[in-house]
Amino acid sequence: MSLRSTGEESSVKAPFESWGRYPLYRANVIPLHWQSDFPAVTQNLHNGILPVGLGRSYGDVGLLKDGNLLVTTGMDRIIAFDPETGLLTAEAGISLAQILDFAVPRGFFLPVTPGTKYVTLGGAIANDIHGKNHHVAGTFGCHVTEFELVRSDGTVIRCSPSQNPEFYAMTIGGLGLTGFIRWATLRLKPIVSRKIDYEGIQFHGIDEFLALTEASKEIEYTVSWVDCTSTGKNFCRGIFMQGDHSTKRAELKRSPEPKLVFPFDAPGFLLNHLSVAAFNTLFFHKQIQKRQVTLQDYEPFFYPLDKVLHWNRMYGKSGLLQFQYAIPWDLAREGTVAILKEVAKSGLASFLAVLKAFGDVPSPGVMSFPKPGITLALDFPIKPDKSFPLFERLADMTLEFGGRLYPAKDAAMTAAQFQAFYPQWQQLARFRDPMITSSFWERVTGDQPNL
Amino acid sequence: MSQSQIANTSPSQRRILVLGATSGIAEATCRIWASQGASLFLVARNAEKLAAVAADLRARGASFVDTAVSDLDDTDAHPALLAHAVNSLGGLDVAYLAHGVLGDQTRAEQEFNTAAHILHTNFMAPVSLVTWLANFFVQRRSGVIAVLSSVAGDRGRKSNYVYGSSKAGLSAFLAGLRNRVDREGVTVLTIKPGPTKTAMTAGMKGAEKFADVNAVARSIVAAIDKRKDNLYVPFQWQPIMFVIRHIPERVFKKLNL
Ligand SMILES: Cc1cc2nc3c(=O)[nH]c(=O)nc-3n(C[C@H](O)[C@H](O)[C@H](O)COP(=O)(O)OP(=O)(O)OC[C@H]3O[C@@H](n4cnc5c(N)ncnc54)[C@H](O)[C@@H]3O)c2cc1C
Repeated sequence: MSLRSTGEESSVKAPFESWGRYPLYRANVIPLHWQSDFPAVTQNLHNGILPVGLGRSYGDVGLLKDGNLLVTTGMDRIIAFDPETGLLTAEAGISLAQILDFAVPRGFFLPVTPGTKYVTLGGAIANDIHGKNHHVAGTFGCHVTEFELVRSDGTVIRCSPSQNPEFYAMTIGGLGLTGFIRWATLRLKPIVSRKIDYEGIQFHGIDEFLALTEASKEIEYTVSWVDCTSTGKNFCRGIFMQGDHSTKRAELKRSPEPKLVFPFDAPGFLLNHLSVAAFNTLFFHKQIQKRQVTLQDYEPFFYPLDKVLHWNRMYGKSGLLQFQYAIPWDLAREGTVAILKEVAKSGLASFLAVLKAFGDVPSPGVMSFPKPGITLALDFPIKPDKSFPLFERLADMTLEFGGRLYPAKDAAMTAAQFQAFYPQWQQLARFRDPMITSSFWERVTGDQPNL
Repeated sequence: MSQSQIANTSPSQRRILVLGATSGIAEATCRIWASQGASLFLVARNAEKLAAVAADLRARGASFVDTAVSDLDDTDAHPALLAHAVNSLGGLDVAYLAHGVLGDQTRAEQEFNTAAHILHTNFMAPVSLVTWLANFFVQRRSGVIAVLSSVAGDRGRKSNYVYGSSKAGLSAFLAGLRNRVDREGVTVLTIKPGPTKTAMTAGMKGAEKFADVNAVARSIVAAIDKRKDNLYVPFQWQPIMFVIRHIPERVFKKLNL
């Protein structure tokens, strides 16, 4: 049963889009299906390689211009699951959506989840992602007990806090550069219901946000949406959203299959400042009461945007970019106010501004992004002449306030900015697999693949 | 009569034999069966891949999973292999044939051996398996034989007529067999998937527009449950292939398909 090709097949240089659809690079896209495919597929490759998952990073950490992208999503098998401990071992290309489909009916949930379930296990480790529970659970990497790293020369490195701990620490948040993550073991957490005890609270101004953060320390999930288009008395108004897994036993069925697909590129005029401001006002007033309390399914609570697959196309062909910083507590309030003012002043639109406090649970990852303080994530449609000068200004402000930016959401920071944000980068450079590189890495270090 | 045992067998008690279990569509189908708690016997050529698939299906909830490494081109080995599978499962309710090769059309145009190999794997080997399985099920007056054919078998096209003719032969064989065994309580399902995103089609031109393999698998499981005879999946292929079959030959031969 050989799987040889027909005459139609060719090794295509296909566009592999990142979530922001910017920058657009061509690369050789090579799908992996079996654990033995790596490093076998690299045999005759002459350019750099980069393992990638579901392409949910916004900028260029998952892109490699004119190189080879090894797409892991065909490697999505479960290797073992222990219902006693909740330890799940799976191939790195499995998505968090697939893990939930498997785990929820068995009474388990992800220990940490980002705002979309369409990311892979490998991608979640490589960016050491965070969720709404960072203040109590830390990052994703805190719950990864073990994984296998395969280097392009064929060396297999078993990594855990006690086995090859330096590779463990460099790979969590290591942007895919230390080697290929073949499989990983994740500790799931028990639940008794799909439901979340949800509370949404309107706030006006950053001090109300900080007070709500302080008051909700014991609540597992907290996150806020801010209206970043308003100035004056509405400046920094928003909705504080908090929730806990419901402790009332209820049926643990699987989620229904997704249906809606956003099928076309929206024309740019839909996205002007006015329409976004209107959207924001609407969003704010959608919640009429000052406080809203409900029992909500976990899907809309964690993944409100996943209902519309490929909503990123709403931003049209030129793409979008997120800008996400973390600023430590001592300057967090000041920095956030200054940056929000700068954004409002620029008049550039943003649908979603997400504000959250990071807690002090340390990540095992050396290059991990979160640190205790405030994080803010903003979406911008890309307008080349206007966006990039703004991004550069915002990045400089972030630096002044002692913060740093999130590589998973970046396509704009300069090499000098990155190296100031992450002085550990030189350590990562030493642990990098010589064949592996990314457009991000080349941009922020000037490194070229060394083959 | 044809509403015999399988209708009464709850999915969790179903005993299913899968031939070519490491193929993309087969693996996706098996995941659904595993989550329903079925018992599975898996056959494939590559031991390492087969072990990975088996472990995954066990974790997903299959009541029982056994495997055999076998090259299905070896038709002499079929009777022993099938008897072993039935024995291991303690009976059989569904046999699912999912092995096959796309093959190299360009080479097959030049040398008969390449064409013969495609025809052997995609036609002769399934005929051997299905013959044994049909006789087994007829004796018990129950059972489902589900076979992956292809829309490519509905009309020969210059770009893949060797593969297409192997599937055309297979579809015709299954139609005839159905005609014979339906009255004996045995269901024969011919599955005609359009291009589907799997390892077999990875890297093909336009592959990103191919059908989602999990959606294809869900349709296959449903068609088996409903004891259907034919399945085009996605269903839009049925009217498309109707049109393609009816294009007059003098026009068709000029088309670049
Ligand atoms: C709507 C939306 C909401 C989001 N919300 C959050 C959030 O709340 N918190 C957060 O932290 N992030 C968030 N993100 C970002 C997202 O979680 C990360 O970018 C994630 O890493 C994407 O995973 P992926 O599988 O798509 O990986 P890709 O984007 O394809 O790749 C990401 C990185 O992982 C590496 N990689 C992938 N697989 C492997 C492997 N097997 N071995 C080694 N390296 C590998 C790649 O090289 C690359 O560096 C969000 C993104 C979207 C689109």
